[in-house]
Amino acid sequence: MSTQYPSPKARARSWRKPSVLPGFALTFGTTIGWLTLIVLIPIATIFLKAAGLGWQQFLEVGFSSRALAAYRLSFGTAAAAGLVNAVFGLLVAWVLVRYAFPGKQIVSALVDLPFALPTAVAGIALTALYSPNGWIGQVLEPLGIKVAFTPLGITIALVFIGLPFVVRSVEPVLADLGRDVEEAAATLGANRSQTFSRVIFPAIAPALLTGFAMAFARGVGEYGSVIFISGNMPGRTEIAPLLIVTQLEQYAYAGATAIAVVMMLVSFGILLAINALQAAGRRRMGA
Amino acid sequence: MIKVQNITKRFGDFPALHGIDLEIQDGEFVALLGPSGSGKTTLLRIIAGLEFQDTGEVFFNGNDVSRLKVADRQVGFVFQQYALFRHMTVAENVAFGLTVKKRRERPSKAAIRERADELLRLVQLDGLGKRYPGQLSGGQRQRVALARALAIEPKLLLLDEPFGALDAKVRKDLRRWLRDLHKQMGLTSIFVTHDQEEALELADRVVVMDHGKIEQVGTPEEIYMNPQTPFVSHFVGETNRVAGEGGEVHFRPHDVDVVEEGGELVLVDNVFRKGGAWRVEGMLVETDLLVEFDVDAALPQPAAGDRLRIVPRRSRLFNPA
Repeated sequence: MSTQYPSPKARARSWRKPSVLPGFALTFGTTIGWLTLIVLIPIATIFLKAAGLGWQQFLEVGFSSRALAAYRLSFGTAAAAGLVNAVFGLLVAWVLVRYAFPGKQIVSALVDLPFALPTAVAGIALTALYSPNGWIGQVLEPLGIKVAFTPLGITIALVFIGLPFVVRSVEPVLADLGRDVEEAAATLGANRSQTFSRVIFPAIAPALLTGFAMAFARGVGEYGSVIFISGNMPGRTEIAPLLIVTQLEQYAYAGATAIAVVMMLVSFGILLAINALQAAGRRRMGA
Repeated sequence: MIKVQNITKRFGDFPALHGIDLEIQDGEFVALLGPSGSGKTTLLRIIAGLEFQDTGEVFFNGNDVSRLKVADRQVGFVFQQYALFRHMTVAENVAFGLTVKKRRERPSKAAIRERADELLRLVQLDGLGKRYPGQLSGGQRQRVALARALAIEPKLLLLDEPFGALDAKVRKDLRRWLRDLHKQMGLTSIFVTHDQEEALELADRVVVMDHGKIEQVGTPEEIYMNPQTPFVSHFVGETNRVAGEGGEVHFRPHDVDVVEEGGELVLVDNVFRKGGAWRVEGMLVETDLLVEFDVDAALPQPAAGDRLRIVPRRSRLFNPA
């Protein structure tokens, strides 16, 4: 027989394991190319622009007290909104998965609405509701609770914007979590709260974390819905994206990119940490 | 003793069970056997308390447990798909039932760990306690599920298609092993299966169900040799069904003699070896009905196209209902 097989050495030198799934080179190449075009080049441009400032000036603009206050506000309210969404988004997902009720499809579609709604519309609507003479605002005002033009208002806008992320990431995992696992816990004598805290929650925690991370990331970058309800007082209710726009309006492009770079690095660090946490969790489950 | 009295259950318009009465003695190993939709799993789940009956009662040792929740019935339940907690180690899975006990009744951490180790030894998985279920084979997972169910020291062990998802070899090993475990631990066990071979091999008594009713209860021998209804005769073991005088005649493939004269003429269609016999598939020339029967493998192998005369050695006549 004269069939020629490629020498095994040629294979051994390759750093990737032989695989029957074809197209690694093609798909990987496309992925990298696409990510470069869509994500990396624009981001690199931001870094390049910011680099034009010089180190000294970068620190001055990127870490001015006004900028620092804006970061604190943006990341703080985004985290708070992410947490609120984690709790109530889980509840919504639970109801959507577990129960059949009339109008379920409508409720499900409602959940996605914040995705589709122009954020400015959301911002205006929320401001109208929560301002001191709005429907909800006038109820809260006598109780001493101010919502519009405070960090609380910003958080509410971000909760609105971020809800679908948590619901949609938890929903499939919850649906996939077999009833039999809960029944098994019950046959072993666990009560409902033990079943939830020890069986259900750990199973959906990774998805919940993903939802939180996405809602948080969205909240950090959110602009349209927040600027109406926040009042935009520098150092008090001025979010970082607004500060960037303010800089742009003053034609301080480099300054705007300096703030953007700081925001981006912090966001990237947080998201990377969340991803690492999840990878560790997956490894632990041996899946 | 387990007693089930006049249980009925409907799911919407679908009547899952009607009027089930059943008694199970301590130490018995009972199979609920039936096709899918026969109500066998529903009955098992009602006994466990995972489902509630519309009417009727369930008694454990004379106590009515009909309204007791599953957590209070103290039954071990093994699920078809194992239902292991994937985020817990094998040892944590096994110990779960002990760790959720009320503080007053909960053993110490060391005692729980010891008990889990002991159970893992019992199911021959010692040393695998630190693994996660995702790292085990199907047979190993099912044994973890069993160890977990046994941790709460149930008197009654309920198993829903326990070997359904396993391959044939593992199935056979596990079956024998479960049988030993049942005896060794003095359990009362009920298992659901659609596999008649499994039911006949494992159980002390078999409950054959169809369409939400019990068709027959008996030892494997009684069920196989003296089926009381056409359904049992047909469902348990292999059965030829041919029209006879005054009803339907049922006979097993191994209860057939090949004769020189008389009998029924069969046109052989296909022949293959089945264990120590030739299994012949053919058609009754007179009625065009398909039949299967065994011919001693010491005799020459019949060939397709042959004509043989057969007489059933044992047969049962069922009158049209």
